Amino acid sequence: MKGVVIILLFLSIGELISYLTGGFIPGNIFGMVIMFLSLQMGIVKEESVSSVSKFLTKNMAIMFLPAGVGLMVAYEIIAENWISILLNITMTTLLVMATVGFIADKKGSDNGK
Amino acid sequence: MVNSFSFAESEAFLLLLTIGAYYVGVVINRKVRKPFTNPLLIAICLLIPVLTSLGIDYEHYEKGSHAISLLLSPTVVALGYTLHCQIKYIKGNVTRILLAITAGSIVGVLSVVAICLALNTPHLLMVSMEPKSVTMPIALGITSRTGGLLPLTAISVFICGIFGSIIGPWFLRKIGIKSPLAVGLAMGSASHGVGTSRALQIGQLEGAVAGMAIGLMGVWTAVVIPLVEQIIK
Repeated sequence: MKGVVIILLFLSIGELISYLTGGFIPGNIFGMVIMFLSLQMGIVKEESVSSVSKFLTKNMAIMFLPAGVGLMVAYEIIAENWISILLNITMTTLLVMATVGFIADKKGSDNGK
Repeated sequence: MVNSFSFAESEAFLLLLTIGAYYVGVVINRKVRKPFTNPLLIAICLLIPVLTSLGIDYEHYEKGSHAISLLLSPTVVALGYTLHCQIKYIKGNVTRILLAITAGSIVGVLSVVAICLALNTPHLLMVSMEPKSVTMPIALGITSRTGGLLPLTAISVFICGIFGSIIGPWFLRKIGIKSPLAVGLAMGSASHGVGTSRALQIGQLEGAVAGMAIGLMGVWTAVVIPLVEQIIK
């Protein structure tokens, strides 16, 4: 329960910062940064947020389902522009993957593992 | 007529349908471990015909399933915890990670612009597809500010996630990218949460950096899109 309160508190602070900064960056991103920093600085203990955080991140996929069902109303948009949508999604997804992958994958100097 | 539909449109029933469909997807995925038996993909393929045959329109479904979508924002906050737990594997690679994701977000937005200009796609659609590599809440936030079509953004983000999580591990192997850090970052930055859930199946570190990539990619893209839009104008 404490974890839920902490997450909602950070989310609200994040939303406030987002509002004050003109909404350029969404509140939940500020919330994530606040969560990370609070844990790093020991303001929030790991135990108090671990169970709810694990539950949320573990079940993240299902939260995309309502939006995914939105495909049923977007039928016309997709039908009219399917070439553009298809090309955009496939090509750019692979491009982003390759770009990020190649830059991050500097062979020999990877001490990430 | 009215009575039977009011049950089908009740929140409890819509939640049951949503979570039930996802559960069926999980069960099938456990039995048949193939990329295309993605639980999310299965759930969508089940839900759309069911809703259509019950005569439930999307507007109603969206209202009823709002509780589930509502969890996305707190989940992004919870990713701060995931990052905290994995930070020891990431320290020392900070510059490279920032460089990779900055390049990734710029390439992501510019490649959409390039393809849309080449195909003469309406500006409205282009704007809606620009944040497609970004996690859903951030992408929807970006699109609502740039004035794009929210459903199209949701779809693009969504298909991007599914496509990347299915093709990603194979594609990265093909182009010779092997380090867990690079694989995780690539999956998370190209395919956000859905890619992250796939990266977690490959390994813990892959999953953790993918989770971090979601946030960084989101922030960078939120910065890059207004700049690109300004230049186009």
